[in-house]
Amino acid sequence: MTDVPVLQVDELSVSLSGRQVLDHVTFDVRGGEFTGLIGSNGVGKTTLLRTILGLQRPDSGRVLVSGTPLSPRSRSLGYVPQKIVVDPDVPMRARDFVALGLDAHRYGLTRRSPPQRELVEQILHDVDAERFADHRLGSLSGGEQQRVFIAHALISRPKLLLLDEPLANLDPRSVQEIVALLHRVARGYGVAILLSAHEMNALLPVMDRIVYLTGGRAASGTTDEVIRSDVLSQLYGHHVDVLQLHGRVLVVAEPGQDNQDIPQHPTLTLG
Amino acid sequence: MFSGFMVNAWEVGTMVAIVGGVVGFFVVLRGSAFPAHAIPNGAFAGAAGANLLAINPLIGLGVFSFGAALGIGALSRRGRSDAVTALALVMMLALGAAFVSLSTQYEPQIFSLLFGEILGVSSSDLLPVVALGAVCIVAVAMLYRPLLLTSIAPDIAAARGLRPQRFEIAFLIVIACATTMTVPVVGALLIFTLMLGPSAAAQCFTNRAGRAMAGSVAIALVTIWLALACAYESNWPVGFYVSVFSATWYGIGRGYAEWHTRRQVRAAGDSRRSIALTN
Repeated sequence: MTDVPVLQVDELSVSLSGRQVLDHVTFDVRGGEFTGLIGSNGVGKTTLLRTILGLQRPDSGRVLVSGTPLSPRSRSLGYVPQKIVVDPDVPMRARDFVALGLDAHRYGLTRRSPPQRELVEQILHDVDAERFADHRLGSLSGGEQQRVFIAHALISRPKLLLLDEPLANLDPRSVQEIVALLHRVARGYGVAILLSAHEMNALLPVMDRIVYLTGGRAASGTTDEVIRSDVLSQLYGHHVDVLQLHGRVLVVAEPGQDNQDIPQHPTLTLG
Repeated sequence: MFSGFMVNAWEVGTMVAIVGGVVGFFVVLRGSAFPAHAIPNGAFAGAAGANLLAINPLIGLGVFSFGAALGIGALSRRGRSDAVTALALVMMLALGAAFVSLSTQYEPQIFSLLFGEILGVSSSDLLPVVALGAVCIVAVAMLYRPLLLTSIAPDIAAARGLRPQRFEIAFLIVIACATTMTVPVVGALLIFTLMLGPSAAAQCFTNRAGRAMAGSVAIALVTIWLALACAYESNWPVGFYVSVFSATWYGIGRGYAEWHTRRQVRAAGDSRRSIALTN
């Protein structure tokens, strides 16, 4: 493996209709690593991912993928967007959508070769989607669809997989399953993962690094380096405490502080 | 029924059904029913204008269809095109009304442009219709996979370098092309049913895109053949029969889909019961 990170985000600033969303955001993602992009809703996670993909033009700064600027047709990035609503009437099996990951950019009609079809089977197996592979994409549950979209993105063997809030709107069990699945495929496929979430606790066991985003600015490093009272206080611009409780992390602002930027409000169960 | 002008009608009708089925598959998949309704209506104005200038109606149809497609494509914002489409529709209908009132043509000709007429097809129309139809089919075959992805998951497509907006315009042009060749046969107001009914019905019968498209063509063929035969026998407009049969197929398709889903649910229930028993 080379030393060049798969993703370098360098002093990236982005405005959306005049409002600055990202302010000199800098971080790296290295090959095969699992990186959590953590921040509350509306903090610019989606904008950051879209800028990395080249769908949003930055004001300044740059994005390098494996050391080079992203070309529009580059297939070294896989992407699972936040909300995809698929009409249940759409005549497409989960299996066919995964196969589109191989050749959706190709013009004309070509038959898929036997090795390609085997690849589809293999990846359906790897994401545990064989059970519903012949069902319509639109008839699947949220967790099932996530598996299909992940398979679609993975099948072209990207170096980096970007996932925008894949855990939002899933029940707790599906969250566990998808996190475990991503951890497994990241290892198996040697793909780096950059996953955005507004709640970090489900990701703590699998995250190699964290990018913590608030107020347009980011702190990055291992979770031990970032999820500390001094680092986050500096990022928020006011004092916050980081509490560790039963392997969960709570970020808590002092009473009276405006703490709506703090991305998790876990309920404590006593007893 | 199988001689004289009817030979042209069968040939052109067959081509129209194939194109309607192929293009209609994506019309339904993409939810482009409204543009697919507006463009032919606009094309009516073009045909009326061509009548007025005493030129080939296909030229008028073509100019107005492509104009409408490009206008809707260029002015739609963020994938929303309903307001633009509605305005394009009424503007062109208004122009059509103006052209018709200026024209000295007698009414049946206008009536046939709107509702379709087997007499509307002459031998000289045959070549352009077949050529335009071939262009449509080749275009859809070329765009097939990118168009599938941009239709179902535009965000994923965009991230892969396929720009959904460009595919929208390309597809509107395909609709314009299909409109130009189809209006003289089934009429501007009713062509839309040929793109919609058979495709929507076919999508009820299969989970696979390729089969849905093939089924859409098959149903469109049966529809137009039946419609031509009935129109010949009854002297009613072809478009009337096309619409009635298309809607009927869709009803049958929905019924089948309901029945199929219920059967699956029942089967799932049965297997759950048997698991519970073995436990």
